[in-house]
Parts: sequence; C-alpha cells; structure tokens
Amino acid sequence: MIPASFDYLAPTSLTDALAALAELAEHGDDAKVLAGGQSLLPILRMRLNAPGVVIDLGKIPELQGISADGDTIVIGAMTPYAAVLASEAVSTHAALLSKAVATVADPQIRHRGTVGGALVHADPAGDVGAPVLALDAELVIAEQAGTTRTVAAADFFEDLFTTAVGEDELLTQIRIPKHTGWGAHYEKFVRVSHQWSIVAVAATVRAEGGSIAEARVGLTNMGSTPLRANAVEQALVGQPATEEAVRAACAQAADGTNPPSDLNGGADYRKHLATVLTRRAVLAAAGA
Amino acid sequence: MTITENQAPAHEIGRARRRKEDARLITGRSRYTDSITLPGMLHLAMVRSPFAHATIRSISTEAAKAAPGVVSVVTGADIADIQGVNINAWPITTDQVTPTHLPVAIEHVAFAGEIVAVVVARSEAEARDAVELVDVDYDELPVVLDAREALKDEVLAHPDLGTNKSAFWQLDSAAQGSGGDVDEAIEKARTDGILIEREYRQQRLVPGFMEPRSVVVDPTGDQLTVWSATQVPHILRFAIAATMGIPESKLRVIAPDVGGGFGGKLQTTPEEFATIALARRLGKPCKFTETRSEAFVTGHHGRDQYQKLTMAATTDGMITGFKVELIADLGAYVAIVGGGVPVLGAWMFNGIYKIPAYQFNCTTVLTNKPWVDAYRGAGRPEAAFGIERMMDELAGEVGADPLEIREKNWIKHEEFPFTTVSGMTYDSGNYEAATARAKELFDYDGLRREQAERRERNDPVQLGIGVSTFTEMCGLAPSRILGSLNYGAGGWEHASVRMLATGTVEVVTGISPHGQGHVTGFSQIVADRLGVPFEDVEILHGDTAIAPKGMDTYGSRSLVVGGEAVVRAADKVIEKAKVIAAHLLEASADDIEFSGGRFGVKGTDKGLGIAEIAAATFTGHNLPDGIEPSLDADATFDPVNFSFPHGTHLCAMEVDTETGAATMRKYACVDDVGVIINPLLVEGQVHGGLVQGIAQALWEGAVYDENGTLVTGSFVDYTLPSAADTISFITDTTVSPSTTNSLGTKGVGEAGTIASTPAVVNAIVDALRPMGIHDIEMPCTPERVWRAIQGASSRSVDETQRDAAPHFEADQPNQDPSATTGGAK
Repeated sequence: MIPASFDYLAPTSLTDALAALAELAEHGDDAKVLAGGQSLLPILRMRLNAPGVVIDLGKIPELQGISADGDTIVIGAMTPYAAVLASEAVSTHAALLSKAVATVADPQIRHRGTVGGALVHADPAGDVGAPVLALDAELVIAEQAGTTRTVAAADFFEDLFTTAVGEDELLTQIRIPKHTGWGAHYEKFVRVSHQWSIVAVAATVRAEGGSIAEARVGLTNMGSTPLRANAVEQALVGQPATEEAVRAACAQAADGTNPPSDLNGGADYRKHLATVLTRRAVLAAAGA
Repeated sequence: MTITENQAPAHEIGRARRRKEDARLITGRSRYTDSITLPGMLHLAMVRSPFAHATIRSISTEAAKAAPGVVSVVTGADIADIQGVNINAWPITTDQVTPTHLPVAIEHVAFAGEIVAVVVARSEAEARDAVELVDVDYDELPVVLDAREALKDEVLAHPDLGTNKSAFWQLDSAAQGSGGDVDEAIEKARTDGILIEREYRQQRLVPGFMEPRSVVVDPTGDQLTVWSATQVPHILRFAIAATMGIPESKLRVIAPDVGGGFGGKLQTTPEEFATIALARRLGKPCKFTETRSEAFVTGHHGRDQYQKLTMAATTDGMITGFKVELIADLGAYVAIVGGGVPVLGAWMFNGIYKIPAYQFNCTTVLTNKPWVDAYRGAGRPEAAFGIERMMDELAGEVGADPLEIREKNWIKHEEFPFTTVSGMTYDSGNYEAATARAKELFDYDGLRREQAERRERNDPVQLGIGVSTFTEMCGLAPSRILGSLNYGAGGWEHASVRMLATGTVEVVTGISPHGQGHVTGFSQIVADRLGVPFEDVEILHGDTAIAPKGMDTYGSRSLVVGGEAVVRAADKVIEKAKVIAAHLLEASADDIEFSGGRFGVKGTDKGLGIAEIAAATFTGHNLPDGIEPSLDADATFDPVNFSFPHGTHLCAMEVDTETGAATMRKYACVDDVGVIINPLLVEGQVHGGLVQGIAQALWEGAVYDENGTLVTGSFVDYTLPSAADTISFITDTTVSPSTTNSLGTKGVGEAGTIASTPAVVNAIVDALRPMGIHDIEMPCTPERVWRAIQGASSRSVDETQRDAAPHFEADQPNQDPSATTGGAK
C-alpha cells in the first residue's frame, strides 16, 4: 500500500494555499487537496489516483474552529468531526449535524477527518451532506486570495464527487443558520458500524404544542448527491407528531430519488428503506 | 544437605492466568516478519494478473528493469528451474485432478491475482513503482466461477485438464458397516415419515488475519534462513526442501511473532517460493510483504460449498437417515489441504446424533477464483451448520421444540464412548448437562414466551431463537488415520523439556502459536507437572533451529496433541531426576516420591527440590554410575483418537420486519472443552470464535463479478465486524474430560466459530418461520431478509403441511444460483 510518488506542500495560510493551487493549475499539474485524508489516502495508497502534488491544508489555523456569528454557526472547513461533536454551539444550535457526525465511521477517523473535506469529497454515502443540506447551510468558497463567494447548500452538491468548488478553489467555511430548540435525529442504516451509509435520513423538526410546525429532511445515499425530501417536509407541517400522521407524511420520502444498486441493496430496497427511516427519523426528532 | 521449600503453587491448571505474551505484544516490543530488516536487503513486489483466466502471450520487463532502484525483474519462465511448486499434501483420491500450481505462472493464469512476474528493487516503494512498468500481453479466456456451473464442464478453469471436477469422495455407512442404507431410509420416509430436503450455501469467506503475510529470506552461503508470517514453519520447511532442491538440513524456517492466522496462514504460498527463488538467485536477503489488497485476492479463502441435504425421519421426529451431497469449490488450484477440508465434514455431518443410516458425498471442483483451504473450523463449521440447520427444520416440520427434537436424537451421556454412524468413536460428552445450563443462562422459556407475545400482537420486530448443539473433532490427528486418508504427513507432536542449571525450565514445542496464548497455558501445565513457579517456565517455539520437530498449529491440536507431548517429556524428566535424587538421598529409587517439585523419601522428611537435582546434574560431581549428566527429555505424542468438544449455543435475534435488519438480542453458550487449563484463554477463544462464526451468518462473504474480479476486495465492502457490532456474550462451561490425553483436554480454538453460525441463522429463520420462510442465504443481510419477507407475504402458505414443505424450489433462497440476489458465487 505505497502511493505513487508525489510532491507535498503544506501551506500555513489560506493565501499561500490558494496561490499554490493557482500556480499548479497554470502549469497544468494534477493537484489534490488533503483535508484530513480519510478518503484521499486510501485512494492514493491503492493507486486509484496518482496526483503530482498533494496540498495539505492541515497547517492552516484560519480554516479550523467553530464560532457563532449572530444567528449563524460558523464552522471552519478543516474542523475535524471530533471537534464538531464536542462543540456545545453545534449541539445546541445545529443538533442535526452533531447527531450525524456522531455516526461517522469510528473515533480514529472522526479525529482525522474534517467536515469540509467530506463535503468537498461529496461521496453521496457520506454523513455530513444531508444534515448540511437539511439545515439550509451556506458554504463559503475562496476563489482566490481575498475573494470569496457564498453558495447555498442546495446549489453546492452538483453530482457524484462533484461540488461547486472549482479546481483551484477551496471551501473555507460552513455557515449554518441556528436551529435552536429544534429536535433532531440522524437515522443511519448500516450492516456494520464503520460502514458507509446504505441509506440515512437527517431530520430536524420544530414542534409547537404537540404538532410539527416546521420540518427539514435530508437523505443520504439516495442519489448522486444528498437530497432534500421537500414533499415530506411540506406534508409534515401542521401534523401531530404521531406514528400514524408521520407515517402518512413520510410515504413519499423516496419520490424523485435515484438511489444506487450495490451489494448492500437494490434501488427498490433503498427506496423502501428511505420511507421507513424517514418516519423513524422524524418521530425521533419530534421526540415522539 | 539442605531441603528447600518449593514456592510453586500446587495448582496452576485451572487458574485464570493473564497471558505472558501480552506485555510485550501490546507495548510494541513485538517482532513480526515485516519488522525484520537485514543489511543489504532487497524488496520484492509482484506483478499480478488482473484477469481471472488468460494465457500469457508475452511479458515485457525492459521498462521496469530500467526503473530507479530496480535490481531484477523476472518472469515465471526466467525462474522455471528454481521456483519450486506449490504442493497439495492431501490428494483425497488417487485419481484426484490436481493442476500444477507454479508460484509464478508461465503460460496460463487461472485466477485474478496470480503472480506473472516479480520485481526486485532496493526499496519497497521502488519495487511497487516498477510493477506498473511491466507490460503483460494476455489473451483472455472465458471464466467459470460458480462450482455448480463448473461441474457442467462447459467452460474449463484449466482447459488442458479437460474437466473441472477434481475428485469425488464418499463415506457410506452401509458400505463401511457402521450403519444402514441411507437410500432405503429415504424411500421409507417418503411414504410414511418425514423427508426434509434442503440446499444450503456456505459462502466464500476471506480470513481476516490482522497481520498481512510477509516473508524474509536470507541466503547465507549454502544455508537459507526463512522468516515467514506462517502457522506452519515445519510444514513450510518440508515443502521447500521437497520442491526446491534445498537439503532440509540447510534450511531454517522461523515464524516470529505472527499476527493471527485462522487457517489463513496454514499454507505454503507462491510468494514464499518466489522470494526464496529470488534470494538464492541474487544471493541477497529479500523481503516480500503483501498489502491488505493482495491478502484479499491471493490468500486462500474458506468455505464455499453447496450443501444438498436429505434427512429422513419418523413422523415424531426420530432421524432414520441422513444424506449429504456437497459440491466444494477449491478455486483455481488444490491448496495444501484444499480437497481435504470439505472431506473432514464426513465425520461431522452426523453431529451429536444417533443416525441409523448415513451417506456423505463430496465433489471437489476447480473454478477461476483463488484457492480455498482451511479457515477456522475447516470442514467442521460447514458440517455443523448443515446438521444443526436441519435439526431446526425437522423440529419445524414436526411442530416440536428444537431442543426436544435434539434430545430425542442425541447420544445420552451414559452411552459414551459411542461409535457414530460415520465411524468415529466419541470418547466423552454430556449434551444434557450443557443444554440444561445453557437454557438456564439464556432464560429459554422466558424468551419463548416473549416470542409468542410478539407473534400474537404482530409486532414489527419479531423474535427468533436459534439452537446449535454442535460437536467437532479436534486434536489433529492420529497418524494412522491420516495415513488411511492418503494425507501426506503424520499428526503427532513433539516436545522437549530442559532443566537448566539454575532450576528454571525451557520447554520446546513443535506447535507454532500465533495469538492463542500457548506460552501461558503450556507454562501452567509444566509448572504443575514439575512443581516449579509459572514464571520459571519458558516456552520456545516457531523456529526449526530451536524446535526442530513439529507439526505446527491448526485444527485445535496444540493443547490436545502438543500439550500432551509436553506432559510426557516432563514426566521423563521426573523419572530421570528420581534416579539422581535416590542416589543423592541414599535411598532406593522405589522409595522416592515426587510431589510439588520435591523428591522425598517415603516415610521420612528427607528430600530434595527439583532445582537442587538440576544443579547437581549440571555439576555432575556426584551422579550414580552410568547415569548421563542430563535431566532433559524429549517426547513425541501420536494420539490414538480425536477429541470431541461440544456445546449448546442459544441465540436470540430480533428481526425488524420493516427493514429486514436482524439484530442480536442475546447469546448464551455452554461449551464442554474438557479440562480447562486457563479459563481466561478459553473465554477469549470462545468470544473471538463466536464473533467469527456470527460474522459468517450476518456480515461476511466474498462476492465476485462476472469477470472473476473480487468485488468485496477491501474492508469497505467485505464487512468484517468490530467490537461495536457485537453484544456481550454469556458463556459457561461443563467438563467431561477427554480420555484420549492425560490432561483431559479437548481443544477450544474453533468451537465458537463452528457453533455460532447455525445458531444465528436458526434464530433468524425461527423468527420468520410462521411466514413460511425456511431459509435465508448467508450472509443474512437486511436486504435478503426483507426480500424473503416480501416474497412470503405474496405467497399463500399452508402451515399445516408437513411432508410436502417446499423442496428445491427455484424461487427460494439457495435453490438456484441465477435467482440469488447479490449473492456470493
């Protein structure tokens, strides 16, 4: 398990990292960004990819950390899962993300892997895409030194392993509107605990007097990108948080999805799972 | 003359000693093969065929040879005269079809991953880089991957052999005189009894040992030292000598610390032969360490059988006959014990039951997949699965409790020794006692009540209870029996006990531990036997220069056979010491009693400690005439019979009928492994074994695509469980001492693995049986369970049917390879 040889850069500032990416792009060099490496390193070691240069973002302090900015929780792209999990700000104001991150692989991976790395890698079976999407997060992308743009999560995921982040750009922040007081649950279906999600459902619910006032539902691995179950969200509004009412609203959870068929299940099975898991996630989020 | 009190505790045997080995292993002071670095050592990397079946047109090595750091690049043809050949030690019939298995293929490759060229470079990285520069031109050939397809001989795994069938082996109770005619029993049951026909799939498994295999070869003059991550250094030494033209006396094979094996390192590998060939040719130390990806595609696999089982019984559930028809996939080559592994099932498919008529048929088949050989249990898990699944099916047909049906048919404790229908004599056991204890620990009756309640209220989560009252044959093996089976070696074990001048003890054993804790267990045995402190006993093993004789570790043989050899050597030491003690104490040898490490004179308080005898022997100043100044002794023990551990395992599974997910609720087992040397080691073996068997039932399975590429080629897709996926097991033991060795031990290395697989599947099927479901193919994935439920709900089931339950129906799991969903082929 030895990767093909590559050059290694470890810039210490965002400016330097962007400059390195721009220079490499200019020379047509094939570069890969290392943002924790929990997917990249196996790929390199199994020689499924052989970039000429690896740019490690692990030494850039400004990409790390969690803070509050008014009604928004701001998470640096290079913040490891474990830090997200330990953050009271996240568990209080974006509980859904906390719950999802708690299910990612195992403790070793959660200490190395980063939220931003996972989002840009954009594996549809990854566990942070659906909650970020469901929470209506915004993603801040550095285009070049001093220039950024902000993309809504709904526009961020473009396809399998493809996001709005360009070749010479970097994701810098995940900005999540506070969902204070919302119940949340991430219902992950796997065969063994360290596995990628076969299907998972991220649900967060604002309840008012026993009824569901608002609901957000994201689906993991039900298509080439994380998906929002918009029809379910709308059907849930005003419903009592009962098994029967939620079951009816969640029946359409798989509508419009296009899940893969693989060793863990055919597409039809995944669609079935999505309806069951959505009901369970919503009921758990609503505290029912 | 002084008399010293010996401080050794009287009873080491039975103490839950922590492992001597662990302090070193868990603090990084271990020495695995890959840790060994020799001056001037070169590194090998293998060029492997990406195709499962092809002829090699040409190989261009020029670019690789020119790459930085590369010393040599060779093809099979380049080393044809020195590369040796992989051996099959157990041709199960004299006319077995056995393809020649060259370490480095020359003209033809028969599975994806086979070595076609070897790169030698100054560093591993340079070797691996250069592999990508070797250009091999293949002509792809059609592949045959499924054993049943292979039997049609339409596509040949080895076209030059003309057939895919390797051998057919049969045991017939009527023919050998150990029972009646099975076909008669079947015909009778068809008219006035119960006949159950089932076909089960034993999926292919990948042994997931933690340390990938590695080999280091040091050619020193005309001598050769080989370090290998192997379970079988002695067998490896023999195989190298036999096939590579190296005198055995010039060969030293060392198994240093070995990180697990589970049978996966009971092999002599192409990589070992290729590394030896290159080291000799280049005259330099060479190392090859496989990657995990290589371990998946080139290490031997386990199981991979189709089992067609026919059970005849009376309407009240007394078994009258049992017929077994196996198709065993050997993969592309017959591995060292390849064909023999499924044949071991011949004596185990009858389980613990009194079956009047029995027939075992095994057809071994070649396919274009990696070779298959021993994997924890080796032939016995497959057999225990078959019979224990069938016992639950019989209970289902009779409408009786599966434990009652078993009790009706099993050998009663007062009937031991009992010669079974397959011809094995079980020396001891008590199935009643183990079962009674297991039922109590499990709360069998309480869980049955809960099951009924869940059924009653149509709970979306149903509860199933699975039973497995398994037995196995351990202590491989009596040499005479091996000889009658055409096996290429004996089954004895050797030991030496050396009393050192200072009173400490060195024990040399021919077994080769690789994680079991033998050093601890054997120290306890010797401490008791010689009356010396546990800490004063060293166990030496795994190096043919230190332990020159041995048959290594597999088949739960180390304690039963190797431990007995140690006991016998220790007893010889005592006998020798007694003569010297008598001389020093001026007494007759007949009056010397040995107890607790002290040689005393009967009826007096005179005596000498064994350490004092050792010191006196070392100096040799005052020994009896004609007595050599040595207490050291050797013993070679050849067992006269196997040992037969057994146990009752009870498993409760919750089946979520909405998702198909099956979750373990409770697992209780009571194993009878004979006398226990160290309960902590037994507990560890049982826990690990259980997880490995449960993993076959629920999680593991090698899946190939239609080209013969392993789809489950990493731990991402090959779902090996971790501690997070298991529950806390309830374990206990009963003790029926074995009569085949003086310690009364039976072996425990494989028990949990053999027992647990059918317990889990029986539990899942038990949860679903009211729906008319009588099988789920392994691994019982949520999708398979869900689809079975979907199929059942769309089918009307007459639950009162008894003698006409669906048999071999094309839409049922396991019945037709083309109908399986995502199943292992």
